[in-house]
Amino acid sequence: MTDFLQLLVSGLSIGAVYALVALGFVVIFRATGVINFAQGSLVVLGAYLLHQFAVRMALPFPLAALAAVLVTAAVAMLVERLVMRPLVGQPLFASILVTLGLVFVIEQVCAAIWGYDLLLIGDPWGVATVRVGAVTVKLLDLWSIGLTAAVVIAFFLLFRRSTLGIAMRAAASDPEAALAHGISPRTIHALSWALAGGLAVVAAMLAASGPKGVDLTLGLIAFRAFPAMILGGMDSTEGAVVGGLVIGLTEVMAAGYLTPNAPWLGTNFHVVMPYLLMIVILVIRPYGLFGTAEVRRI
Amino acid sequence: MRLRNLRLTTRYQDDLVLFRTRLAMAGMAALLLAAVTAPLVLGDFWVTVLIYAGIAAVGAIGLNILTGFTGQISLGHAFFLGVGAYAAAVLAGRWGLPFPLWLIGAAAMGGIIGGLVGPFALRLRGHYLAIVSLGLLFLGSHVFEHWTAVTGGLTGRAISTPIAIGPVNLDNLAAVGIPLNRNQGFFYFTWLVVGVLALAAKNLLRTRPGRALQAVRDRDQAAEVIGVSLVHWKVGAFVVSSGYAACAGAMYAAFARYVSPLDWSLFLSIQYVAMIVVGGIGSVAGAILGALFLTLLPRLVEAGSGRLPFLADAGSGGGITVFALNQMLFGLLIIGFLLWEPMGLIELWRRLKRYFASWPFSY
Repeated sequence: MTDFLQLLVSGLSIGAVYALVALGFVVIFRATGVINFAQGSLVVLGAYLLHQFAVRMALPFPLAALAAVLVTAAVAMLVERLVMRPLVGQPLFASILVTLGLVFVIEQVCAAIWGYDLLLIGDPWGVATVRVGAVTVKLLDLWSIGLTAAVVIAFFLLFRRSTLGIAMRAAASDPEAALAHGISPRTIHALSWALAGGLAVVAAMLAASGPKGVDLTLGLIAFRAFPAMILGGMDSTEGAVVGGLVIGLTEVMAAGYLTPNAPWLGTNFHVVMPYLLMIVILVIRPYGLFGTAEVRRI
Repeated sequence: MRLRNLRLTTRYQDDLVLFRTRLAMAGMAALLLAAVTAPLVLGDFWVTVLIYAGIAAVGAIGLNILTGFTGQISLGHAFFLGVGAYAAAVLAGRWGLPFPLWLIGAAAMGGIIGGLVGPFALRLRGHYLAIVSLGLLFLGSHVFEHWTAVTGGLTGRAISTPIAIGPVNLDNLAAVGIPLNRNQGFFYFTWLVVGVLALAAKNLLRTRPGRALQAVRDRDQAAEVIGVSLVHWKVGAFVVSSGYAACAGAMYAAFARYVSPLDWSLFLSIQYVAMIVVGGIGSVAGAILGALFLTLLPRLVEAGSGRLPFLADAGSGGGITVFALNQMLFGLLIIGFLLWEPMGLIELWRRLKRYFASWPFSY
């Protein structure tokens, strides 16, 4: 039972990070209809910026985090303006590929500035642990769950209550009607990229914390968060959160129970297990658990 | 109708011919001549690079049939190359099949597995299909890494797939009195395969199957309404494309003689997608051009890196290494072509031709 609780906490903690990355995908997808394969690169950039501000410039961590959020959001907006805007209305294929191209550019620019070595981001929680009953919990896990919960609640409030959020939803559901009401799709696109940049920094804060640090392999987190986004449905914010937690738990539970009991599955089976789950669910529900079915005209 | 030397399409048959003008035929002959002389005049290094380019061209033609002509986005192409390589290893190494049989068998194996994956495309569309193909790639890598009996696990395995017809063996051409080394022999073999498979693809695409695939790409439900069976053509496109990929993988294994599961990575898939984007989506010649361009470019950058003063040495931490420059160029090329020349290099060539063909009325 203790084992199970231990795995549950770390599964939720990993799942929370996946949920944040997946939320970044969803925010951009809802507003612009593009899957941003470069979300992982924004996480990498965010983590390097955290290192820059918190370690090299020795700013207090909250201040460093704020600065990193602002810079990453600005870079994301710049990318949207320079690269994504000319592709509005182009086939899906073009937008997918352009974001894949961005992965190479952003990551190598980061490498040119910060090198290939593992760098720490100077986060305050490090490797500290807390005992809750019989379970030892990493402070990081509590922060992951708490911070993600706060961000998710803020997002729900933004989307449901604020004028900006309603404008974003309007632009996503019917761009022409939104335009007629004076909502500029350009502003919405830019803002959604900025929001995704901010989310990437929060994800970076958790994914690169403590001894894990940041190097270019951190970008792979995006590929592990894909099943989370797809599972929940690409245009559903609730889906991203549920998907993230499900994928995190699947991964940790598979590592904890499946790999020791079924060694023939291979040592790293828990890494690909989320993809297996995703494929099975998609075959049953082609638009994910909470996604909207696409209406097609002939 | 002729406007000086601009020939317009006036009959349906004009769209179906292989060579529209004598000049095109002469151009093909010149290309053939270049291919025959290239390994004799180039150094061993560049011959090797061109062999890899030819192998990439086979895979890229396959992906162009699937993505360029049928509109199905796949990030799993590298997986099928891996299938081909290991199928060749088993067929030739373990079962001892002779040369043409193991290559055909490997391609068939790729086609069969492609046929099993194809039905996913019937249920899923667009982004969802792209991500599922990514999932299949990761699951495939997992199998490659752990099926040690076939793949040798993470350490990889040596592969012995001799290319020999009777006494003529590519590994030892001197024995039958042909004064070529292995690389030169392999160059002719590779580009012969490229030529045959390019012609096969061209024939497939300029006739009924090609029109059916394009109908599926442009509006699949409308295609089904006019009698193009989606089950048949979508799965068919997956079978053919995977067969091409497996053939490329088998040739890669035969030439490199060593493969590791890490060879069939997401990066390889992205490279293939980049080849058809840079070369020209929906064009056989474009796929070959893209494969050549993207295989040659990093080698050319490496060769010229001594003259680029801003480059740092590898391992000095920070600065731009040759590797980083190549990766960055790769990303910028994808972005640049999609933004400014979405039809790829082949469109530049077509525009050049149009300019001279419609002279002096070109603008």
